[in-house]
Amino acid sequence: MTQYTIRRLIAAIPVIVGVLIVTFVLARAIPGEPCTAMFGEKATPEVCEKFNRDKGLDKPIATQFLIFAKDMLRGDFGDSIRFKRSVSQILIERLPQTMELGMAALLIAVTVGIPLGIISATRRNSPADVATMIGANIGVSMPVFWLGLMLAYVFALLLKDTPFQLPPSGRLSAGVNSIPFYEVYNLQFTAGTFKASLFTFLSNFYIFNSIITANWTVLTDSIRHLILPAIALATIPLAIIARMTRSSMLEVLGQDYVRTAKAKGLKQRQVVMKHGFRNALLPIVTIVGLQLGLVLSGAILTETIFGLSGVGRSLYEAITARDYPIIQGFVVVIAVGYVLVNLIVDLSYAILDPRIHLD
Amino acid sequence: MSSATEPAVPVAKLPPLDDAAAGDIGDFRANSLWRLTLRRLFRQRSAVIGAIMLGLLVFSAIFAPWIAPYDPEQVLIGKEDVRKRAAPCIHLLGCPADQPQHILGVDGNVRDQFSRIIYGTRVSLYVGFLTVSLAVIVGTLLGAVSGFLGGWMDNTVMRVLDVVLAFPFLLLAIAIVSVLGPGLTNAMLAIAIISIPIYARVTRASVLSVREMDFIEASRALGASNTQILFRRVLPNALPPLIVVATLGIATAILDTAALSFIGLGAQPPTPEWGSMLAIERNQVFSAPHLVIFPGLAIMFTVLAFNLLGDGLRDALDPRLVHGSGVAKE
Repeated sequence: MTQYTIRRLIAAIPVIVGVLIVTFVLARAIPGEPCTAMFGEKATPEVCEKFNRDKGLDKPIATQFLIFAKDMLRGDFGDSIRFKRSVSQILIERLPQTMELGMAALLIAVTVGIPLGIISATRRNSPADVATMIGANIGVSMPVFWLGLMLAYVFALLLKDTPFQLPPSGRLSAGVNSIPFYEVYNLQFTAGTFKASLFTFLSNFYIFNSIITANWTVLTDSIRHLILPAIALATIPLAIIARMTRSSMLEVLGQDYVRTAKAKGLKQRQVVMKHGFRNALLPIVTIVGLQLGLVLSGAILTETIFGLSGVGRSLYEAITARDYPIIQGFVVVIAVGYVLVNLIVDLSYAILDPRIHLD
Repeated sequence: MSSATEPAVPVAKLPPLDDAAAGDIGDFRANSLWRLTLRRLFRQRSAVIGAIMLGLLVFSAIFAPWIAPYDPEQVLIGKEDVRKRAAPCIHLLGCPADQPQHILGVDGNVRDQFSRIIYGTRVSLYVGFLTVSLAVIVGTLLGAVSGFLGGWMDNTVMRVLDVVLAFPFLLLAIAIVSVLGPGLTNAMLAIAIISIPIYARVTRASVLSVREMDFIEASRALGASNTQILFRRVLPNALPPLIVVATLGIATAILDTAALSFIGLGAQPPTPEWGSMLAIERNQVFSAPHLVIFPGLAIMFTVLAFNLLGDGLRDALDPRLVHGSGVAKE
């Protein structure tokens, strides 16, 4: 297992180097000078020359790449051209929001999708099965951005003044503020240290932060704000997971040992969950892991629609504003994270299926 | 999903004698893979529904000028007594007869939305077919050549494609379009580039599975060249999975192009593209919901058509069904 993990990690290195190259090349290839994007009308040749020299943009492209690769590996993403702040700091502030959204969406997709798939498989061809599969087909065909707008329309306008009314934008209502836990508990740290970054990062998970500070107003408010974007983002993965669970279960439930289990007189529930589901899990885990990319792509659209300033939207804005450091830093972090999650999914096979020996 | 709603039929029952009798009895080609597939395909409810939906779309794309009551880019100010973003007016449903009929309402630039949606079918089908064709051609060649030749070539190609797959789909598409510049053609190109690895992998997998088979060995013994073997023996065997993936890929391509248009990187106004129609009116979702609802429904309908057809094809082409385990694979 350890040996396999190490081998897989080594195999991931060329992919990560490739990611660095692609990111660097794409960021440079975006038309327009960062200087003009930054200063607009005031971008005189003198101003730009100084700007390029300060940012190291006047060096040969190969040198620029080496500097870039070295900085990336050290986790130093430079300063944002637009915000004049360190990219890692921006990432620390915005990543939690996207992670919160993504995790909520995956949670919905898994907790609703898997049971639906199991019910469909065990009651094959029943009205419940047909309805689930029709729903799943429509679900995968829906544009995320349209679904988001429709949810906002239904829950913020049509259901206005009912208990089901939900806010269509933002992370918290006006007047509600999330107070970081380190302020509530008066924890001391010096700015710029790892501890400071970690604290800021954690406190930006509003749900987590409000639970540990027992601030129920913020908790309910942030959950209410999270529901619509999370549903919008969850729909496609949910549909895919339900379909995958169904087909994987059908395949397993047709096996001889399942018939034997039934013949032994085991309860239906036991047969389905222990003999069926446990063995059907492998393809389901694979597909759940693959949904991460979908969730990240969807986050760009969902965050735009629901006015959330998470990683997805920031990245899109950075591309339009040609903010190289943000583009590079964010893309590299997302892509590396994606590679690592896929690695974890691969490794989890051995735990789920003892027949698989990775060494 | 469809074959699951109907019991799968063992293959022994499929080429029945009476069917063969209707044609040329001695012609065994009549029961070729494609015939069988087609027949099995049309036994699947979802595939039939998908094909009908696609038929409707193709019909409205071809006959758009006759179906659409207005020109999609015609601004109706001064020509008719309609307000900006007027709600749908259908005479049959009680809209006063003295008002001009706009069954899906009027958009923010005072254009007939129904006509724009009908013309939008052309854009979407064009996008779907062209993007996927490009990706399939490049992907198949890459996958076939690297799978067939193996060695360092295979390794290099696959590692490069791994890098492409390491990025979330839309993220890379946005980055590529930012480099190429916004526009429908560039958006399609970006999506084609990003889909190449999928087709390359599917082709490579099939190539690897047939490469060592006896009939390839036989062809080689008969003196066939590598190119001949690749194009006449190996690739035809890779075709069935490729067709399924490509059909489903058209659905994804249409969805992603709409997404790029939605964030302003794809089709530019006044092109009647559904994603950009939605984008322009998205802030009006509370005041003029019809301008958001209908383009979205159109996208969903089109994507659903290809998804249903693709699912049906997968079940029809799945060799495991032929051997009649009776269990359908999604």
